[in-house]
Amino acid sequence: MDSVSDLGAIFVMQGFNGLSNFCVLLLMALGLAIIFGQMGVINMAHGEFLTIGAYTTFLLSELAHSVGASWLIESYFVIAIVIAFFVAAAVGFLVEYLLIRHLYARPLDTLLATWGLSLILQQAFRSTFGAREVSATLPEWLMGSVQPTPTIDIPINGLVVMGLTAVLTSAVFFALLRSRWGVRVRATTQNRVMSSATGINTRRVDRITFSLGCGLAGIAGAAFTTIGSTGPTAGSLYIVDTFLTVVFGGAQSLVGAIASAFSIAQTQATMEFFMSGSTAKVLTLLAVITILMLRPQGLFATRVRG
Amino acid sequence: MSKNETASLPARALKELMQGDRVYLLLLAVLILIVFPATLSVFRLALVGKYLTYSFVALGLVLCWGYGGILSLGQGVFFGLGGYCMAMFLKLEASDPKSTSIQSTPGIPDFMDWNQLTELPAYWIPFKSLAFTLIAIPLVPGLLALIIGLAMFKRRVGGVYFAIITQAVAAILSILIIGQQGYTGGVNGITDLKTLLGWDIREDSAKLVLYYVNAGLLFGVVLIGRHLLASKLGRLLMAMRDREDRVRFSGYDVAQLKTFVFVAAAMISSIGGAMFTLQVGFMSPSFVGIEPSIEMVIAAAVGGRGSLLGAVYGALIVNFGKTFFSERFPELWLFLIGSLFIAVVMVFPNGLAGLDWAALKRRTLSVVQKLLPKRGHESSASEPAPTPAAPNGGRS
Amino acid sequence: MNHEYLLSVDGVTVSFDGFKAVDNLSLYVDKDEIRAIIGPNGAGKTTLLDIISGKTRPTSGSVSFKGAELTKLREHEVVRKGIGRKFQTPSVYESLTVFENLEMSYPKGRNAFGAWAFKRSKAVIEKVEEIAELIYLKDRIEDMAGVLSHGQKQWLEIGMLLIQNPDLMMLDEPVAGMSVGEREKTAELLKLLVEGRAVIVVEHDMEFVKRIADKVTVLHQGKWLAEGSMATVQQDPKVIEVYIGH
Repeated sequence: MDSVSDLGAIFVMQGFNGLSNFCVLLLMALGLAIIFGQMGVINMAHGEFLTIGAYTTFLLSELAHSVGASWLIESYFVIAIVIAFFVAAAVGFLVEYLLIRHLYARPLDTLLATWGLSLILQQAFRSTFGAREVSATLPEWLMGSVQPTPTIDIPINGLVVMGLTAVLTSAVFFALLRSRWGVRVRATTQNRVMSSATGINTRRVDRITFSLGCGLAGIAGAAFTTIGSTGPTAGSLYIVDTFLTVVFGGAQSLVGAIASAFSIAQTQATMEFFMSGSTAKVLTLLAVITILMLRPQGLFATRVRG
Repeated sequence: MSKNETASLPARALKELMQGDRVYLLLLAVLILIVFPATLSVFRLALVGKYLTYSFVALGLVLCWGYGGILSLGQGVFFGLGGYCMAMFLKLEASDPKSTSIQSTPGIPDFMDWNQLTELPAYWIPFKSLAFTLIAIPLVPGLLALIIGLAMFKRRVGGVYFAIITQAVAAILSILIIGQQGYTGGVNGITDLKTLLGWDIREDSAKLVLYYVNAGLLFGVVLIGRHLLASKLGRLLMAMRDREDRVRFSGYDVAQLKTFVFVAAAMISSIGGAMFTLQVGFMSPSFVGIEPSIEMVIAAAVGGRGSLLGAVYGALIVNFGKTFFSERFPELWLFLIGSLFIAVVMVFPNGLAGLDWAALKRRTLSVVQKLLPKRGHESSASEPAPTPAAPNGGRS
Repeated sequence: MNHEYLLSVDGVTVSFDGFKAVDNLSLYVDKDEIRAIIGPNGAGKTTLLDIISGKTRPTSGSVSFKGAELTKLREHEVVRKGIGRKFQTPSVYESLTVFENLEMSYPKGRNAFGAWAFKRSKAVIEKVEEIAELIYLKDRIEDMAGVLSHGQKQWLEIGMLLIQNPDLMMLDEPVAGMSVGEREKTAELLKLLVEGRAVIVVEHDMEFVKRIADKVTVLHQGKWLAEGSMATVQQDPKVIEVYIGH
């Protein structure tokens, strides 16, 4: 029997199962890496921005189906991704203006205040959408799978999410390293006073950066609707993982965030194959914090003066 | 003392009492030891007892966060470990072969039987002894805190990173407990606890006794804490919180100091957990994870993270509020507590203890002094001025 | 040479991602000596202090003090060996009184339990008052350190070092921001307390250096440039070029 190729097939499929989860985690981590890694802001409500994106997608799904136009039903998902980004970014913009900007030099206080914000948002979701989970109805072309070989079954939504993540990751890299915004962000992070003195509107840079990070979480939320149903606490499932991912990779390194998200998601997915879900999660988290105890600066930190 | 300044004994006693914050300690003692037991039903009093166990955690946070600058978002871990140790002892007592004769394997806790376990796991066995349990309650969490503390603080992991890791530890423990339901009772926890060495802890009379034991332990911790904070160690912790480098360069091992205060907070929290189990009769993972841990932080923050007494008041207030709102307006509760987090951070960072109590005390003192009987001559206008004694040779 | 110096810095190099903050530096300081370290900004003066006090680990080289190797020790261990350091910006405990600041640095009860059990004995009180007098703060002894002037905070910090009775004192810009009168008093103070110990002073004020230093070492770009008495060094063409040449 082809037991070896069967086992290989299982690994590939298991790999792809973990892949969608990895993509959501990666998008979240990228958003948080921008906010935490570049700005030093602890946003404990980051998970709620995922939920915002997910509910936005759900609402658009409902809208598309109630309108009934078939072109809308097929394409709403793509539109949803864009709108989810903007809705989440807009809320992020508001949050930065009302709350975050008062707390920049106080990371522990930001942590507590944003936790409070997350509770408020969760209740807002519950009051608006109800405590029960809802699901966006995915369009036809996202369902089903491709079969490169008879034993390997790759879900299409997994591939789409992966593609989306790859595009976005490159976009973020490009933006941060090449665009004018990117230069301003990096300047502000490294030397706020000097940046301000050279005419950079640091307040605006902060606000836009924060909104961008939240927007990415919103897209993660849209992607999330392909792998699970959405409830008020959907985002809170990701918050601990996302922070650990960013810290594990080395808070200021985007490459670190990617490598970290990959290793964490894949480790967990692989272990889930051999043991119960909760044990896999426990072992993964334990491994991460043990490594962090041995190397607190994360995997990709460089030696900095002082 | 000139005649003009003679104050009566009650006035002097009052002035002595108003020194420092002794009066608030007295007020709290009166409230907890006298007022509540006298005015509340057994049911409501048990609720207060429950809130007081949460105050243990808040007290620990005053030490490690308010004074030491170490924010731990995982104190539920230590509360829970203390609680589970006590629960294991009580459960084993309630699972004697006679009461569990209907199980497929008598003599082991019911949840183990439901999960097809056929014998007691090895690490449960020592908990048959009360002496072992009482030692384990502070020691197991203390040891865990020691390991985490040394590992983190020796490597200069502090602030936000430390907080995130404590959150992860809380998540890990709660997932672990829920996942291993055969060994831990799972998501329902360890329930149906009956007697402590034969004494039925479910009886009203027992609940009253336990309430007082709990209050006694609480005040014990408060008094020891006050002694610690008044000593050089208290000043050292504040100095470390404000200027860690300078403390290091004065020859202090900062990692060791931080670990000390983190372990102390852990042990205090675990005593609270054990008393919780005794008073409420069960322990579950819902007290171990991320949410309960951060609720305990907000209690300390509301009361005043720099004040031991504030922490107790804070725990009472936040939990009263939670019970009240969850019963009447459940939708409102999360909005309220979320806003409370934000308010504490933005508007009153020193909590209730940070309000201007000195002014309040001064005003109260002056009002009360006016009301007390006086022997001095700062009298009201209606009283005639005393006439000097007439020179008299023959008055006896 | 068999002479054992109190402090020997031997070929120390510190490299941050290729940038050499200190480059093959060697320096030898003896008891009863006030050594001034001068040099333009970025010369590596503060980094040198960081290395000696254990804040930064050198990439290569060794530092030995009273015969013991310092480079592997942590900061508080270096302090306990007998080295005290004053920072560039005054680093005192603002929410404690002058008395409490000095008491905090008293070399007893240096762990958690010791500090808890610490008794403010007569010996402690006398020592604190004695030091307070030396640093010109006797009449401010009950004041919060936060309300002291900039110069007084510097003196307090020196007092906090002094009470530990160190064999080596390292002062990073002790007179920065001080008035002329305060500088005079600081110079007198230093001359008094160098007895029986070594003092390293990093400074930019050349008048002050001239007043107090027994020997001067000049650093430039992390390297040793010149050494000798102030007069010698001021006439050294390499030094002149570095200070005036840019």
